[in-house]
Amino acid sequence: MEAASLPAGLELVAGGGAGLSPEKRAVLGSSLLLLQRDYRFERVWFWGCIQGVRGAYYIAEGLGPDRAAPRSRLYSLNCVEWSLLPPATKEMVAQAEQLKGRFQGDPSFEYENTEINAEDAEGLIEDGKELLMKEEARLVATIEQIDRAVGIIPRGAFLKTPLGSVHENRNFEGLSLTEAKKLSSYFHFTEPVNLKNKTLLEKADLDPSTDFLDSLEHDVPQGSWTVQLEKGGTVVVLRSLLWLGLTFYHVPMTKQYGYVYFGTGEKNLDLPFML
Amino acid sequence: HGPYQPHEPGYGLYQPGYSPYDDQIPDLNSQKLAIENAKAYLLESSTVSGLNLYDHLTNMLTKILDERPTNAVDIIENISKDVKWAQFQKKMDTLRDEHEILPTFEAAEKRKALFLRANGEGAEELEEEIGETPLPNVMETAFYFEQAGIGLSKDESYHIFLALKNLITVHPIQTCRFWGKILGLEMNYIIAEVQYRDGEEEEEEAEEEEVTEEGEKEMGEIEEEDEDEEKEKDEPPKSTYKPPPVIPKEANGTGANKYVYFVCNEPGKPWVKLPPVTPAQIVCARKIKKFFTGRLDAPVVSFPPFPGNEANYLRAQIARISAGTQISPIGFYQFAEEEGDEDEEVGRDTYEENPDFQPLPVAEMVDSLSSWVHHVQSILMQGRCVWLNPIQKSEEEEDEEDEEEEKAEEPEELQQEVGPPLLTPLSEDEGIQNIPAWTAQPSTNLIPHHAAAILQSNRWPGAYAFACGRNFDNIYFGWGHKYSPENHSPALPPPVQAEYPSGPEITETTDPTVEEEQAFKAAQEKALAAGEEEEEEEEEAAEDDEEDDD
Repeated sequence: MEAASLPAGLELVAGGGAGLSPEKRAVLGSSLLLLQRDYRFERVWFWGCIQGVRGAYYIAEGLGPDRAAPRSRLYSLNCVEWSLLPPATKEMVAQAEQLKGRFQGDPSFEYENTEINAEDAEGLIEDGKELLMKEEARLVATIEQIDRAVGIIPRGAFLKTPLGSVHENRNFEGLSLTEAKKLSSYFHFTEPVNLKNKTLLEKADLDPSTDFLDSLEHDVPQGSWTVQLEKGGTVVVLRSLLWLGLTFYHVPMTKQYGYVYFGTGEKNLDLPFML
Repeated sequence: HGPYQPHEPGYGLYQPGYSPYDDQIPDLNSQKLAIENAKAYLLESSTVSGLNLYDHLTNMLTKILDERPTNAVDIIENISKDVKWAQFQKKMDTLRDEHEILPTFEAAEKRKALFLRANGEGAEELEEEIGETPLPNVMETAFYFEQAGIGLSKDESYHIFLALKNLITVHPIQTCRFWGKILGLEMNYIIAEVQYRDGEEEEEEAEEEEVTEEGEKEMGEIEEEDEDEEKEKDEPPKSTYKPPPVIPKEANGTGANKYVYFVCNEPGKPWVKLPPVTPAQIVCARKIKKFFTGRLDAPVVSFPPFPGNEANYLRAQIARISAGTQISPIGFYQFAEEEGDEDEEVGRDTYEENPDFQPLPVAEMVDSLSSWVHHVQSILMQGRCVWLNPIQKSEEEEDEEDEEEEKAEEPEELQQEVGPPLLTPLSEDEGIQNIPAWTAQPSTNLIPHHAAAILQSNRWPGAYAFACGRNFDNIYFGWGHKYSPENHSPALPPPVQAEYPSGPEITETTDPTVEEEQAFKAAQEKALAAGEEEEEEEEEAAEDDEEDDD
């Protein structure tokens, strides 16, 4: 969620019981601003918090002029000092998918892939480096996965210019209440995958400036999002069931929206059994 | 005048004011004519929409001059779209729109009703009971949890506070606590943990029993009809299957049913009481993992089939979470002094507040997990807190080792080793793989004087506890599932049951092989040949006899 709307936004996502202490809220107000100054970001988003066993990681993202460009990610253990994370690579993501269990809370912790050791120990002696993965890399990969899978925005909030860059839509007044309850009014804020597969008839109805992303309708498995009206029906809250802890809020007919992640950073692979 | 199309030669070369024809001053008339032609062109109505460009540009410019947006040139297309769209909005209509009654208004009504004071008797009773009230101070608890970043927004906490107050006025309740919130797919659950006043509970039980008895009578009648029908036809062989004995649930007020739980979807909606939990439900709940939908009557479709609907599943999960994560600082509760053997098989299940409780400093509460104890009895493998020997056979349940429960399944041995199982310290909790069962942190590192000790459970993500001086509390915010690093694998279906006992009379014998058949044939022929020889001998003997007779 936008750093500027952090206080209001946290109140609206608090329905899940997770939030920030007053101390963290107070310090984030200033430290995110300083991040903007130091790294020359145009926008700073507070991404959320990944709870490790011994500590928590607080993550912030910075956006440049093109909002759809790869974002810079920073993490902090106390919301005061931030460190830039390296960009995620495919190998990192593939390795991180094999790791299971909680984050430890220590960025220099090294994971050892002990399962492979017994069977193919000889074959992997050369690739000894692959057995170890640092928690920092796992953090990067997890954030990338979460953003790619469940980072969402309302339809119409961002516009694609003819030159290809993406900006906020200044004319976005918010979704209406009926629109806000439908999953098709929300898009994944990442490279679209399914857009090309739509039939020509569907594509004809799309507006290329606003409909340039995948919508949530065809997410697999169906039902992996819960849509609820909270606070007496004034806030629409979407929660992801694939990555438990990701909460998206939007106040219909206003410009307030955002998503934040408060969780353990583990994918919920049991989802098909639980629905 | 000049080339207007990009493909025409000379396009872009002639800037206004610098065109080669500018030194020629055109006739006023021809200029006027040109203007009128241009205006006529702009006034042309579109064949598609009936608008004309002149009016449209006029409206757009009027709107821009009225509103004066910044950087209007960047959003000019959107402004144009908005102006066109505004055409379709009715300004004056003889039909008046009926005011839409949005569901948000109804919800707001309900929430406002929470804030209205009950009239008449309510005011008088309040004065009497202000001294002691079972109502917990939800806002104070919320404050402490907020220091750790846990909790609902203040608005919602206050609404829950008022909803609990309503609950207390309606039901005869002795103690009440906000247990937590469980999220669901369509709606969430807000849960209150409650203890009835002695005596009041019996009335409620009686009502429930009547309802269940009526249900059973109906079942009995249906079963009788089936039996009559069966007697008429040939009876199929009766199955020798004997279901395992049903373990009775614990009485209300003891063990897993010590507290009664009320749930509601949102503060303002009526509170619904959850039924007491049975051991079979707890045992089954351990094997399945399902999201809650938010409707108490929703069926729970799973394997092994859950005996009950969502209300029962919810109650079973609440029981498990309470047994695993309700903790208090050591010394706050103590056992009532009893005369009797300490080595009883049945663990003590009652405790009282310790009037001499000395709170430990926060640093110690955070560092050592042995400064916290569980004050809710753990649930055994059987599904009860107090082990009950089922009547017919001695089940082998205590012998089964399982990974889940951290407490003793054999109360006798561990009771003597580690203190009383009821107030066992947290340091005895097993972790999962290499993760400890609890994560302890102070709420703030910057101001240690006023920090609170916060514990988060790693086995039940979402269970939190805080302690600050004499205050402490537990709460749960989550989806209601246990943490397991391994993926959930549902139980496999049991092996196919044998239809009949196999014995020699129905077992097929194996067909003889070719060699065996030939050997048998050879043996038979030999026997025949031997038989013929004997017959010949007998015939000869008979003939001899006959000849002799003659």
